[in-house]
Amino acid sequence: MTAPLFSLFNYWLVVVLMMIGFYVVIAQGNLVKKLFGLNIFQVSVFVLYISMGKVEGGTAPIITTGDRLYTNPLPSVLILTAIVVGVATLSLGLALVVRIRDAFGTIEEDEIEAQEGEPT
Amino acid sequence: MISQHLPVLQVVLPLISAPICLIIRSGKVAWAIAVMVTWAALAGALMLLAEVLRTGPISYALGGWPAPWGIEYRIDLLSAFVLVTVSAIGAIVIVFARASVAREIPSDRVYLFYVMYLLYFTGLLGIAVTGDAFNLFVFLEIASLSSYVLISLGKDRRALTASFRYLIMGTIGATFYIIGVGLMYMMTGTLNMADLASRLPGMLHLRTIEMALAFITVGLSLKLALVPLHFWLPNAYTYAPSAVSVFLAATSTKIAVYALIRTLYTVFGGAAVFAAMPIDEMLLGFGMLAMIAASVVAIFQDDVKRLLAYSSVSQVGYMVLGLSLGTAEGLSGSIVHIFNHAMMKALLFMAIGCVVYRVGAVRFHEIAGFGRRMPITAAAMLIGGLSLIGAPLTVGFVTKWMLLEAAFAKGWWPVMAVIVTSGLLALIYVWRLVELAYFRAPAPAVQVVGEAPLGMLAPLLVLAAINLVFGIDGTMTSGLALDAARALMGPAP
Repeated sequence: MTAPLFSLFNYWLVVVLMMIGFYVVIAQGNLVKKLFGLNIFQVSVFVLYISMGKVEGGTAPIITTGDRLYTNPLPSVLILTAIVVGVATLSLGLALVVRIRDAFGTIEEDEIEAQEGEPT
Repeated sequence: MISQHLPVLQVVLPLISAPICLIIRSGKVAWAIAVMVTWAALAGALMLLAEVLRTGPISYALGGWPAPWGIEYRIDLLSAFVLVTVSAIGAIVIVFARASVAREIPSDRVYLFYVMYLLYFTGLLGIAVTGDAFNLFVFLEIASLSSYVLISLGKDRRALTASFRYLIMGTIGATFYIIGVGLMYMMTGTLNMADLASRLPGMLHLRTIEMALAFITVGLSLKLALVPLHFWLPNAYTYAPSAVSVFLAATSTKIAVYALIRTLYTVFGGAAVFAAMPIDEMLLGFGMLAMIAASVVAIFQDDVKRLLAYSSVSQVGYMVLGLSLGTAEGLSGSIVHIFNHAMMKALLFMAIGCVVYRVGAVRFHEIAGFGRRMPITAAAMLIGGLSLIGAPLTVGFVTKWMLLEAAFAKGWWPVMAVIVTSGLLALIYVWRLVELAYFRAPAPAVQVVGEAPLGMLAPLLVLAAINLVFGIDGTMTSGLALDAARALMGPAP
């Protein structure tokens, strides 16, 4: 506990990234920017998982001769799954934005809202 | 041999058939495959329920890796109950979907509808069978991603923006859920629900676990559209194709309620966590708010699908209220309402789906007087409406009765008053539907239409019958729900 600020560096990073992402989702009116905010938000969780699995001085969990300190591989594997989910979400979101642009002629939220009152 | 692998077949069968439909690229064949798969899943779910009743919870080690290292599929009474509910809805709606989808979705995209339908079905069943907290997230996202696509297939361009908003909200919800799971993993080193349940009780006072619970509850509340996190729901249900509205309204919020019950009761131990944190009071408050506020909003809608969507938001309140009471009786009211509300809301959305098929509209003035031209559809809607109010002899009554009893046992008069008030508010908006169907002069578009085709009426009548049969004799569903709730509460203290 000599340098508490830096021993938790990863987690500070997680919180900062998470808040940046979340803020962008809420504050941005542009649908594409919203999606990237969402992606930053998700990525912060990836960092959270990977950080918790890291063992200081540990190497990759590969079977070798002798006892070696290795990092917990499970969180990394979980995050591999979460990354796939994130990519799927982002690509589906972008595909929707393309369709929205075709239908409304804009990807700005306020302009879309103004048009939503009128039926197609 | 096969029966031993039933738990995993529930998920694998629809998961494999979805890409097969994608390769075949034929709407008709895809529909046939989807019918076979959903009915097979229903048969499997019923067999699992019988098995659970006979021998107790089933545990299935995926890939032969024993829990807690491997992913465990664990089917207890609650999972089996939810499995039967979801697969029954899936099997009934797929019959209805054929004609409805052919009318509302361009023919070159019909097979894609069935692909997404099967994937969504996979996600729902997966959430019900899994005994692993992270695996639940994966299935939650399978279900959510496919439901975004299903919604965006709607004709109206607002379906696209509805789907996009749901995507944003849903992803935030799911991400909150994995943050919570991650924090639990950090403290316990396990993701298996049973294993988590054995390790968490000693840690409930830790800040990390408190945060985990907060993230999971908020995340799942987004998914189950608990007021005030419900803004994605009304547009999504309103602009989705009719068959999608039926399927989503009957299952999407319900499965999230199931996940919340699973987390609060199985993983966090129910009473213990309610004693340590004021989570039950908060859920109770928001549940009651939903029951009143959403019902009031529903009264003022002039779009039938939107009215029903707000009604769904208020019905979610009932389920959340039941589970927040913290007693076996309250929880069983919640569980039985998962089944009951799935059946009644599917019936109502299906009836309006029939109207859309014939008239092509959902706004009040465009479909006025449809009861005279479509008597069977209107009668089915009436049964669904009565069920929503909680009239005797319908499934809605069973829920109301159980919740009232549970609130009475606790002596919480204000809660009972809220339940009754919400029922009265439902009476007002259901009356508006009845008046619309029977007592108004038929709109011009309505005058020329006939009854919906048999392929749509048959599932409608089956649902109406379920609403009546399990309403007249609710002992089976309520008995199952009570047993499931008792099992979740654990041995009495």
